[in-house]
Amino acid sequence: MPKSANITVDHITRVEGHGSILVNIRNGKLERCEFEVIEGPRFFESLMRGRKWEEAQTITSRICGICAVAHSSTSLRATEDAFGVGLSPQTLRLRKLILYGEQIQSHWLHTFFLALPDYLGAPSVLPLASSHPDVVKMALRMKKLGNYIGEVVGGRHVHPISLLVGGFSVVPTEKQLGEVKRMLVEMRRDVDTAVDLFAGIRWPDFQRETEYLSLRDPAEYAFYEGDLVSSDGGSVPPRGYRKMVHEKVVEHSTAKHVYCQRESYMVGALARFNNNYDQLHPKAKQAAEKLGLAHPSHNPFHINPAQVVEGVHCHERCIELIDELLEAGVRFEPTEVTVKAGSGVGMCEAPRGLLIHEYTYGEDGKVTDCNCIIPTGQNYANLEADMRALVPQMLDRPEADITLTLEMLVRSYDPCISCSTHLVRVEFL
Amino acid sequence: MSKPKVAVFSFACCEGCGLQILNCEDELLDLVGAVDLVRWREAMSETTDEFDIAFCEGSVLQEKEKERLQWVRGQAKVLVALGACATTGGLNMIRNFRPLAEAQEYVYGEKAQALAKKGFPWDATPQVLPLDRVVKVDHYIHGCPIRREEFLAVTLALLQGRAPSIPDYPVCVECKLAENVCVFDKGMTCLGPVTRAGCKAWCPSYGSACDGCRGLIPNPNVNAEKDLLAERGLTVEDILRQFRLYCGYSEASGAAPAAAGNQPPAGGTPPAGQKR
Repeated sequence: MPKSANITVDHITRVEGHGSILVNIRNGKLERCEFEVIEGPRFFESLMRGRKWEEAQTITSRICGICAVAHSSTSLRATEDAFGVGLSPQTLRLRKLILYGEQIQSHWLHTFFLALPDYLGAPSVLPLASSHPDVVKMALRMKKLGNYIGEVVGGRHVHPISLLVGGFSVVPTEKQLGEVKRMLVEMRRDVDTAVDLFAGIRWPDFQRETEYLSLRDPAEYAFYEGDLVSSDGGSVPPRGYRKMVHEKVVEHSTAKHVYCQRESYMVGALARFNNNYDQLHPKAKQAAEKLGLAHPSHNPFHINPAQVVEGVHCHERCIELIDELLEAGVRFEPTEVTVKAGSGVGMCEAPRGLLIHEYTYGEDGKVTDCNCIIPTGQNYANLEADMRALVPQMLDRPEADITLTLEMLVRSYDPCISCSTHLVRVEFL
Repeated sequence: MSKPKVAVFSFACCEGCGLQILNCEDELLDLVGAVDLVRWREAMSETTDEFDIAFCEGSVLQEKEKERLQWVRGQAKVLVALGACATTGGLNMIRNFRPLAEAQEYVYGEKAQALAKKGFPWDATPQVLPLDRVVKVDHYIHGCPIRREEFLAVTLALLQGRAPSIPDYPVCVECKLAENVCVFDKGMTCLGPVTRAGCKAWCPSYGSACDGCRGLIPNPNVNAEKDLLAERGLTVEDILRQFRLYCGYSEASGAAPAAAGNQPPAGGTPPAGQKR
């Protein structure tokens, strides 16, 4: 039984961005337990000041490569909110289609390439290419389709080109959409196989109830729009987010923590699953059952199967959206934007959770203020609370085991650290 | 002949260019068959300090990261700058046009000064730096993000022991080949005439304008471009802002003193033997 241990994981692997795990146990007591973000801050909110409204999406998309569409969508919604720009039904459908395509791409990337290796005893997907070639080829196929949706709708997934305030600079052809639908339908087989595969995985058994924040949209399981809701109760429209998302300086630390009604909260696939389970597509609910994913779940390791469930859900929603687009016919719609001074808030669900952009514009259409609240940044406090609860439960295990389990916990959160450097951690003093 | 050992490193960036490598879904298995992928924090836990080719994305904006990059340079035979943040600093460079303290205070609030007093490890370099302001870079893969085809073509060239072929001509050439209606003819403004091609005019082909993300061509006619933009009604401030989105590196004020042996491009002309 390790009475004392120093666990340091520098630049944890298989997560996006640079973060380190720092845990000190002395005489069986947890002295220090942190997830330290060492990513260099790029100061996006400062970069945005003085830039024109047409550039906001271009710039903020570059906050993140994996959730570029989420940032783009949220950014556009913030500007549209500020200027009072409405969207046509076609634009709304195309926006949702590319955002759901990103969920698909991101969730399969994370579950297969970043998380699964641990559960199969591999250091990465590379050895799995030899030991489980069909699984790896399938994972690549599934990820590719998510990206392809981004190409067809936005020109490319990483930093989409054609998404504009008020609409699109080009729209996909009906032929292209038909092709995507055909691919989605054919891929249902792979999605089923993926569900079966993950149903066989034993997730570590750890429970810690926390507060779960997400969007809620009466019309459907929310990714693109909705009000901000908490599992502890409460609901605000996007402009009122500050009533629920609070930042505070923790006395013994120079980092900002984010909280709502408890000391921390969780955003992301599990939060959405817990809050909006009732709205999942029937196939997604079936998948949840197969995966043994109880509703609600308070096990952060269940973020992984929750992502699988959302992968199923988004897959079906993409098919439905394409059907709707094809039925209405797709045509180019020129955008019309009247610039005015004022503030706007955009709120979307990135694959990793609730994302908020708030912009203030001057009369000249230039950004005077910009605030971005990133999902992973919101999860740090909760991740650390989980670590503090989990480590004492593992003290009788070998150090290597504790280390790996902590890494797996961090990976479950699917952190997107480059995105989140608005909140930068330093050592406890 | 043994396979070259390949490593991927990230500095300050969105990691979209590394993701583009993972997005080569059709070629990925062939790629890992042709090389020995030995280190890549985002994708693998396996690691080693021995590698032949290092692909590096991101800019340097912390002193620690300068040291890390220098270490990578010391270990690698070939260092490839991957993506705009690495090749030209990307839009990270916009930060260089305001005092650093201003950015720190704006993002971290009045706590910024308190944090600094507590020894908060800003560790910030005075200027954001593209990689070749710190170390010698052997090859450049431009773009924000990179094009997968270009990444594969460059990798193939390296495996075959020949120099990758990167265009020196402007995006306009590829726009014409794609039979796009010229962005200027649509009433918009565009940096295509001075921006390095190789992206197949990606943005103009999707109804947008070229933002200059691949950096300037050697010998760009920047003055003519600025005249063109001014004719379209852009003020001096607008023009500077447009250039500084991705091409801030080309201004003396936007670029840090170069590493020894690498002179900053004067008017966009790279030194002999080194392509930016």
